[in-house]
Amino acid sequence: MITDVELPEPEKSLPGATVNSDQGLLMWISSVDHKQIGIMYLLMALFYLFVGGLLALLMRVQLLVPNNHFLAPDAYNQLFTMHGTTMIFFVLTPAILGLAVYLVPLQIGANEMAFPRLNAFSFWISLFGGLLLYFSFLAGGAPDAGWFSYAPLNQTQYSASPGIDYYCIGLLLSGIGTVATAGNLAVTIITLRTPSMQYKYMPVFVWMVFIDSFLILAAFPSLNAALAMLLIDRQLDGHFFNTDAGGSALLWQHLFWLFGHPEVYIVVLPPFGVLSEVFQVYSRKPIFGYPFVVGSGIAISLLAFGVWVHHMFATGMGHTVNSFFAVSSMLIGIPTGVKVFNWLGTMYGGSIRFTTGMLFATAFLVEFTIGGLSGISFAIVPIDWQLTDTYYVVAHLHYVFLGGSLFGLFAGLFYWFPKMSGRMYSERLGNWFFWLFVIGFNLTFFVQHILGIIGMPRRVYTYPALAGYSALNLTSSLGAFLMGLSMLVFLYLLYDALKRGKRAGDNPWDGYTFEWLTSSPPPLKNFTTLPPVYSFRPVHDLNHPEIGDYKKPDEEKYGTKDID
Amino acid sequence: MAQKTLIKLIVGSETIFFLALLMAFVYFSYVPTLNPRLVSRLDLTSTGLFTVLLLSSSFTFWRAEVSFRRGQTKQLRLWLIGTVVLGIVFLFGQGLEYRTLFREQLTISQGTFTTSFFTLTGFHGLHVLIGLIILSIVIYLAFLGDLDDPDSVLLPSVGIYWHFVDAVWAVVFMVVYVLPHVLADSTL
Repeated sequence: MITDVELPEPEKSLPGATVNSDQGLLMWISSVDHKQIGIMYLLMALFYLFVGGLLALLMRVQLLVPNNHFLAPDAYNQLFTMHGTTMIFFVLTPAILGLAVYLVPLQIGANEMAFPRLNAFSFWISLFGGLLLYFSFLAGGAPDAGWFSYAPLNQTQYSASPGIDYYCIGLLLSGIGTVATAGNLAVTIITLRTPSMQYKYMPVFVWMVFIDSFLILAAFPSLNAALAMLLIDRQLDGHFFNTDAGGSALLWQHLFWLFGHPEVYIVVLPPFGVLSEVFQVYSRKPIFGYPFVVGSGIAISLLAFGVWVHHMFATGMGHTVNSFFAVSSMLIGIPTGVKVFNWLGTMYGGSIRFTTGMLFATAFLVEFTIGGLSGISFAIVPIDWQLTDTYYVVAHLHYVFLGGSLFGLFAGLFYWFPKMSGRMYSERLGNWFFWLFVIGFNLTFFVQHILGIIGMPRRVYTYPALAGYSALNLTSSLGAFLMGLSMLVFLYLLYDALKRGKRAGDNPWDGYTFEWLTSSPPPLKNFTTLPPVYSFRPVHDLNHPEIGDYKKPDEEKYGTKDID
Repeated sequence: MAQKTLIKLIVGSETIFFLALLMAFVYFSYVPTLNPRLVSRLDLTSTGLFTVLLLSSSFTFWRAEVSFRRGQTKQLRLWLIGTVVLGIVFLFGQGLEYRTLFREQLTISQGTFTTSFFTLTGFHGLHVLIGLIILSIVIYLAFLGDLDDPDSVLLPSVGIYWHFVDAVWAVVFMVVYVLPHVLADSTL
């Protein structure tokens, strides 16, 4: 029979990221509270960030000097596969879900997600999916066919260890969790907004998460289907992707990239939302062109499903197909560019506070633009043919994933850290971390553009001592070590803030959205009462009634009025 | 309300999952020319019969919903049981079909046609099975007398899923069984 089990729930304010209540760990494990699950998602992302980063450092040690024998080729294959898989599926994805699950109910004035238990289920199944993936190291070898596991390399005759089977099952489990969370978030946003919050008053972050949920719901099934087929190939001797038996290697690529390219936008749209919040609050101005920020997000999500073949220009699909996808890939640069101008416009004329969060947001504008430009260069088919599978691709994708998604996530983490933990972090340490990370990041990856152009192939465990290779690889490795060092500063910063940080007030940054109305950290029940919403800056209206948006006409409120 | 929205989103997501499996099947069976096995080895008549039974379970479920809204507990239970029986008969029919194919050495590892055929129909069968488990729980609740709130969204939410499973089969049946016969006849 079904009986109600009384779960330990915190009686006082939530303790942030520490386990110090009398119920201890059980309170976290059994929790269905969206804030605790959000924090657990973020801790999971942080854990895997260190694991994935460590794998990358091992690779950079191997590539420190030419003809190095620190790592064997098969070990190197496993490392780059696990590094990429970890960073995409177990760092960026849980990090955006963590922020979304933590903040969406707060920002729309709800006390919980629509389905709290489904929320907990999604988190735990994702976490165990990741652990299962790592178990492959003990079970006979990690997956070794790259994070996108191209066919026929992913078949048993080329990858006999059970690594790719673990890859399939691990990603299927975490994929189910991701889809469930996406549905949960979408339903939460549709049904649980405070009554006066119309769609046009939703915070930009909520908008981006809303759009993102639909992207996840539409993109992940392609991956899940492909993984199920691959598992059937490997376990039941099926022939979907086995080219020796009539299978199709291209079918895998189509299914994978039909998921894989939208996935890039899945992990970058919520950071876009984060940045929109960070820019406006730290510039003390409402976001410039709210309808354009939201509209370009929708445009990106629609175009995202029409560009996947630009990952496959080198497969010989013919000029018609290539031209179509070259054009669509260039097209998607436009809404992305619109957003960059929105953020610049938000900063323009604002009285800017360069906190660590704002530093990351500003650096994002530079790094993401570099990543965007190198991305556009791939849309030009002949350039793609020349540069595909070289370090130029590695440089590009790291500028997008790190310079784009991760910088946005760091900006959000510093922005919301006082809210989540109830404590202020040290800006001095934050500055150290920021500069070490940014310098390390650019040292590591900028030179890889050049390495790619002079022809160094990616995913090869070593390289000969050709002109230029040694010095550039050495620079890249040193940059990677600097990033590793900066992550230690980051850990110390977190420790220092949680131990010694001074208490944060409810609204330390003079923020605009509802999460700043409740205490820091928020109590188990987020709100008892809420003021009515008349603009997309309800807390600003409340705290500054004399200059509140609710008095303004729409064109001024949304920053769409012509500047005289 | 929230439950129905979630089910609709999940069904939308599942649609893309089945489209991916269907595309794989189409790719291996229709390109570059129609695989003759589609006509010679698959039994249109008997599968057609089981298809009619599965699709009629959508009708019985609809009647169950109507009885539920009218508060007719007895009819509700009968229509629900009818739905489950039709679902079980369909799965039984699929089992028979698989047994026949296995006897002809057409297993999942025989070639790309069988791999994609068994994957597509097997995943659909799995969804029918999941639907049957959910329906069994609903029947259990109906017999406990817990389905007495006419505003409850439980039955409509389950219905969205069950009708989806039927609709998927209608498409699969057309592409895997009917269309090859039409094409084969027209080329003769």
